[in-house]
Amino acid sequence: MADVAVKKKEGGLQFGKNEKKLLTDPLNDNNPITVQVLGICSALAVTTLMNKALVMSIAVIFVLALSNLLTSLLRNAIPKQVRMIVQLVIIATLVTVVELALKAIDYNVYKELSVFIGLIITNCIIMGRLEAFAMGNSPWRSFLDGIGNGIGYGIILIIVAFFRELFGKGTVFGWKVIGATPDYLINTTDSYLFGWYENNNLMVLFPSAMFVIGILIWIHRGIINKNLVDVS
Amino acid sequence: MHSTNYIIRFVLILTAIVAIVLSLMSTGLKPIHDKNEAVYNKSAILSAVSNEIGDKFATLTPDDVDAIFDKDVKQLIIDMEGNIVQAEQLNAMGYKDVSAESIDMEKEMKKAEKDRMLPLYEYTSSNGDAYYIVSVRGKGLWDAIWGNIALKSDLSTIAGVSFDHKAETPGLGAEIKDSKAFQEQFTGKQLYDEQGNFTSVGVIKGGAKDPKHEVDGISGATITADGVSEMLERGIAYYEPYFEKLKK
Repeated sequence: MADVAVKKKEGGLQFGKNEKKLLTDPLNDNNPITVQVLGICSALAVTTLMNKALVMSIAVIFVLALSNLLTSLLRNAIPKQVRMIVQLVIIATLVTVVELALKAIDYNVYKELSVFIGLIITNCIIMGRLEAFAMGNSPWRSFLDGIGNGIGYGIILIIVAFFRELFGKGTVFGWKVIGATPDYLINTTDSYLFGWYENNNLMVLFPSAMFVIGILIWIHRGIINKNLVDVS
Repeated sequence: MHSTNYIIRFVLILTAIVAIVLSLMSTGLKPIHDKNEAVYNKSAILSAVSNEIGDKFATLTPDDVDAIFDKDVKQLIIDMEGNIVQAEQLNAMGYKDVSAESIDMEKEMKKAEKDRMLPLYEYTSSNGDAYYIVSVRGKGLWDAIWGNIALKSDLSTIAGVSFDHKAETPGLGAEIKDSKAFQEQFTGKQLYDEQGNFTSVGVIKGGAKDPKHEVDGISGATITADGVSEMLERGIAYYEPYFEKLKK
């Protein structure tokens, strides 16, 4: 029996209230990390330095938006029984295309990024959005949802990286801000704010990301957006 | 529900499309990838003499790197006894390419110690000084680390280093590559002590005491730092037989 696909009226490329909500919702009410608690694994791995977190965020926004778009275009043709594996093929293909293109365009950036390529494929936000949104929505809405969720993910990643880099290395985007000079700069005369501060190596290691994300979730739900907590 | 037939067709067609797209891209871009990789490796080697090249090093284009390599760098391959290996011998041993840059240190390090081939680069700076750049490879905390060490013509003073790694922790072990300040420390250090014995340069946890043979470690990256010390001591010693011959 043929699948009776629910054909909603495709709204074209309009940008109304609903579309705006797709972009803004993941920033607060439906944040992929602090509310949906997805993508934690990469949030642990790439938040030691801010510039790496930024690059990872851009890569995820790109892959998430495009794989949402592609999946949504194919959504009526994808057999339900094998949809997961088809989604995975789409993600893996896109990531490989990005990798190959980057390797040809800018080899230095490729070298920086190559560690993260695998992390993008396994990022549960992407799978989660494909399954929960792109399989049932029009391509344009899915594309916006991808960008919104990518940004929501990126914001949290950069906040976590900010605290980890600041307290772990005393730098922000690689610029020394606080703390004592590192061992190998001991002979320089530069002085920084809070020179007494010793870099906390725990902040560079993975457990600290858990603490920082936990505290962020607490602040987000307990202070910024109390609607998220079900008090009943 | 889709029929089994449909599912099989769908999956086969999807797989075929993906395979065709990816393999076309991969083969189509291969020449560019190879060129990029070669330039990347060349600039890693030149990075060891970046102090001599000067401020313009940071802004070199891929073509500049190629030009400097062709003009100012002489490539040699030496064996573990310190003899220069000629192209014919290399061909006989099965090497297709006979330039130093084509030596794959990863493969060489897997061979028995006496069979290893070592790349050596002689860089001549604009004012005629000669520098010898040697390649070393060792183990960090998670995976391989490697580097290029430039020596002045006395074969003892380090003129500059560049390090790279496969999978060291960003912010900790990866600092051997990312931190210019860490690499700068090596400049001016001596490989030989006053009696002429090979002592290498060690990366010391808790601060260097010997200003000639020690540099400061990176806090939180003790194992990577130990790996660098070991790599330098063993890797540069491989070149010693050749240096002994040069000195005579």
